[in-house]
Amino acid sequence: MLDRFIKFISSLKLTVACLILAVVLVFIGTIAQVGEGLYQAQARYFKSLFIYASPVAGLKIPVFPGGYLLGSVLVVNLIAAHLQRFKLNFDKLGIHLIHGGLILLLIGQLATDMFSSESAMWLRKGETKNYSEDFQANELIIVDRTDPAKDTVYAIPESRLAPGRELRDPRLPFVVRVPQYWPNSLLTNGPLPGASVSGASQGLLKDIRIMPLPKTSRMEERNVPSAVVELLAPGGASLGSWLVSSHVGADQTFTLSNRTYNVAMRFLRHYKPFSLTLLEFTHERYKGTDIPKHFASRVRLENPVANENRETTIFMNNPLRYDGATFYQASFEQGDTASMLQVVRNPGWLTPYLSCVLVALGLTVQFSSHLLKFVKRRTA
Amino acid sequence: MKKLLTILPWIFVAIFGAEIVAVFMPKKDGELHLREFARLPVLLSGRIQPFDSAARNSLLQIRSTGDVPLEEVPSWKFWHHPKKLRSTEWLAEVLFKPEVADTRPIFLIHHPELLSELKLTEKGVEKSGLRYYTFKELEPALEEIGDQAGRASQIDDKLRTPVQKQALKLGNALMLYRKLKGTLRPPDSDDFARELAEFTQIMTNGVAAVRAKEAGKPYDAAVFAKFWGPVTRYFAMANEPGAGTSYPLTVPPRGSDDGHTGHDEWTSLGAAVVESIRHEDMHPSIPFFADMASGYRQGDAAQFNRAVAGYRQSLEAKHAKEVRKGQAEFFYNDTKAFLHATIICICAFLLAAIGLLTYGTAPNLSESMRRSAFYLLLMAGSLLTYGLIFRMVLEGRPPVTNLYSSALFIGWGLMVLGIILEILYRVGLGNAVASVGGFVSLMIAHNLGLGGDTMEMMRAVLDTNFWLATHVVTVTIGYSATFASGLLAIAYIVLGIFTPILKEPVTGSPGTKVDIGKALSKMVYGIVCFATFFSFVGTVLGGIWADQSWGRFWGWDPKENGALLIVLWNAAFLHVRWGGLMKERGLMSMAVFGNVVTAWSWFGTNMLGIGLHSYGFMDAAFVWLMIWIASQLSVIALAAVPLKNWASFRTRDSRNSGNPSDMGGGRTKPSPAGA
Repeated sequence: MLDRFIKFISSLKLTVACLILAVVLVFIGTIAQVGEGLYQAQARYFKSLFIYASPVAGLKIPVFPGGYLLGSVLVVNLIAAHLQRFKLNFDKLGIHLIHGGLILLLIGQLATDMFSSESAMWLRKGETKNYSEDFQANELIIVDRTDPAKDTVYAIPESRLAPGRELRDPRLPFVVRVPQYWPNSLLTNGPLPGASVSGASQGLLKDIRIMPLPKTSRMEERNVPSAVVELLAPGGASLGSWLVSSHVGADQTFTLSNRTYNVAMRFLRHYKPFSLTLLEFTHERYKGTDIPKHFASRVRLENPVANENRETTIFMNNPLRYDGATFYQASFEQGDTASMLQVVRNPGWLTPYLSCVLVALGLTVQFSSHLLKFVKRRTA
Repeated sequence: MKKLLTILPWIFVAIFGAEIVAVFMPKKDGELHLREFARLPVLLSGRIQPFDSAARNSLLQIRSTGDVPLEEVPSWKFWHHPKKLRSTEWLAEVLFKPEVADTRPIFLIHHPELLSELKLTEKGVEKSGLRYYTFKELEPALEEIGDQAGRASQIDDKLRTPVQKQALKLGNALMLYRKLKGTLRPPDSDDFARELAEFTQIMTNGVAAVRAKEAGKPYDAAVFAKFWGPVTRYFAMANEPGAGTSYPLTVPPRGSDDGHTGHDEWTSLGAAVVESIRHEDMHPSIPFFADMASGYRQGDAAQFNRAVAGYRQSLEAKHAKEVRKGQAEFFYNDTKAFLHATIICICAFLLAAIGLLTYGTAPNLSESMRRSAFYLLLMAGSLLTYGLIFRMVLEGRPPVTNLYSSALFIGWGLMVLGIILEILYRVGLGNAVASVGGFVSLMIAHNLGLGGDTMEMMRAVLDTNFWLATHVVTVTIGYSATFASGLLAIAYIVLGIFTPILKEPVTGSPGTKVDIGKALSKMVYGIVCFATFFSFVGTVLGGIWADQSWGRFWGWDPKENGALLIVLWNAAFLHVRWGGLMKERGLMSMAVFGNVVTAWSWFGTNMLGIGLHSYGFMDAAFVWLMIWIASQLSVIALAAVPLKNWASFRTRDSRNSGNPSDMGGGRTKPSPAGA
């Protein structure tokens, strides 16, 4: 039984089956991007074990292997085949190099999927920031502002928000209740169809209308959640409710037993031990055209811990790599008033480089040995 | 007869060689030195180009052709060259004699709904089933066209109906045409040279009069009146939008003495006159253009030619580089290397086909044809190489910068691979790959080139010669190689089913005792190895480029996925072969499907209209892609015919082809190919 399993898992037929299934998967996953958007399609087809179909609501039937499953089976198949069939000798050097490189590539990409994060740093000219903002995630924050020297931030990830849920923290003298939560929304002053007041009793956004929107999965859009947050005294008495939203950054404060708090919802922040200041943003076009020629952000990097203070320029194809993260010129605001740096943290970034070298070397060795044989036979 | 067959290849070489030499010979200018004019540099779409390219690209945008036919010739009279206006001749009319240009049928409208809405059904001229209209005919409908185009432009490109698309295209063409008319002379100015000379004379006094009037001081009313009229016209010219985008910037910067001038300082003629008024010093280039306008309008060829020559000379001091660029690009346009390469490829294909089909039956004829095809392909390949290198020098870029040049490069790759195969196995199969591959790729490039400028500037993210030279080139070689293996596999299937050739021994290469079927199978295998190498390295290099510029190696972008598909498919082919999971017939079908995968990743991914890499949506190309895929699938279906029914594998009864020693027959021992 084990023998047969080992034979199966190391077989060339399995390799071919995986490769052909991968061709089908990549094709449908690409086509699906048109309708489902890049993120959604990636999650459904490539970053999954199975692709599910649901002919009836609630029923999920796996219909096709997903990217993670195919990738893992290929890695296992490769390793098994090497243990099983290939002897470590010079003749097979090419094959070893190619397959070693591929294993490294696949595992590296899996690690990237698991551990990498992308976020954005929007900087107006002259602005300094020591954090970037997440593309997807949001957080509900309660800031204790009592001490003028430092703020204490209590952050609740958006994933924990749900209508009616109560959130407690022993350090806070109140309980946070969420009577209302909209995963995607639009705030408006005017009477838009579908918009209504939130029911919040306090704060600057009390009279603002809120329009719930369907969740979006399009690449160039993001969900903007809003919620009504009610604070309850330990006895259960309501201290008031506030409308918070990632759409606007309103300064909503309240005082409780001599302490001042601020409540808000915002894009999840990734803080860094250093700061960037945008000194200059340049955006050139080719004369007489709208074709962008050059975008560049001149920034000052300040790291008090490392005692570093220097200027650098980030432009297309020339990112800043610092502290394990890559900052690259990604976007800018209409009118060139602000620049957006995309911040990518990817601990596995070096694996493709190594793997490319290994596989290229392997392919060269392998195919040139074929070629040599061919030439020898012809000249013999 | 045998002797004739031996010299026949050289006759072909002489004929096509003569044609190539004729193409490269310097040509005579007409009475008006329009070719000289066509070489003059202008700035358009962010790059220096000759008037010739500006004319060609404008006409392509308006009429989707490179010239304007002037008479109707039935297509069966192919020997009769119809009279036509070359692009520069047309542009000269538009610039200097717009009232004549207004009567040239250049605006294409074919949608009956749009035609009836514009009340144009009765007008226009028909040419190969398409209806062309003159500006004069369209004049009454200009407002309506503008309205419709304006409305169409508000709608998302993918949602536009065919009528809206055409209305928008027509609207854009008319706008471009009207702007071109005002590029080099103020409208309704009959003798711009005289007008400008008079204006220059009074300029200083005129400026003084205007200043005095503005300051409320006494001024010379006569001078003011004479001065103010032209000034308003020049200001109107200077304020025409679209300079450098839709119509060329013709006036170079005055330039500092150190010779350093930026491209950004080129201006339109109107703007240059206005600037001259401000400096009270006429820009030296303007009188030349005025002379060209007057000379052309009044039929004074001498005046026109003098102005063109004088202007070119005046540029030598500070703009020698731009002058060279204009001359070089004119030469490149004028030689039409790719057109001639296409023609030679067709002829080579015919010869190669005859050679292949007579391989076993008439060896002498076959060998003569094979060699003829081979020599022609060497010529076509040289022309293509010359064109590609010329393009690279003009652009200062690696060979592949856009979809157009990728088609050229794929064609080049297929020709090189085919020629190498032909040198290795002298049976004519390499010829077939090179000629078909070269021809089809060049036709695709030709059609892509009809969209307008093919040397547009690179947007910031692509503006890196290092990655264009490594990632883009390797991936494109991977495309070429995969197509080459697919074409060979088609040859295997088609020749195998319909002819007995696959069982013929390969006689051309000493030392091999294989038959053509086996040889083909080896070629396909070898080329798939080659394709896998380049596709893989190219794909990973693309990922590394993405990591360098965006910090992420792989993003499942459609273009990335397309490249990955080729790698996966080729890897599947290799593993199937190594594992012996399929026999030749199955492997060949897999290789043919490689054509589908490659075509999809080359064109199909651009049609999704999403992702960072898309070059734009192409409706017509979509139909062709479907036809291509259908044709490849039918070849695969054909391969399903059981082997016993293949002409090459039928039991040998009628033909004696079992013993290789019988085969050499009357066949001459071929000399090394290419020698």
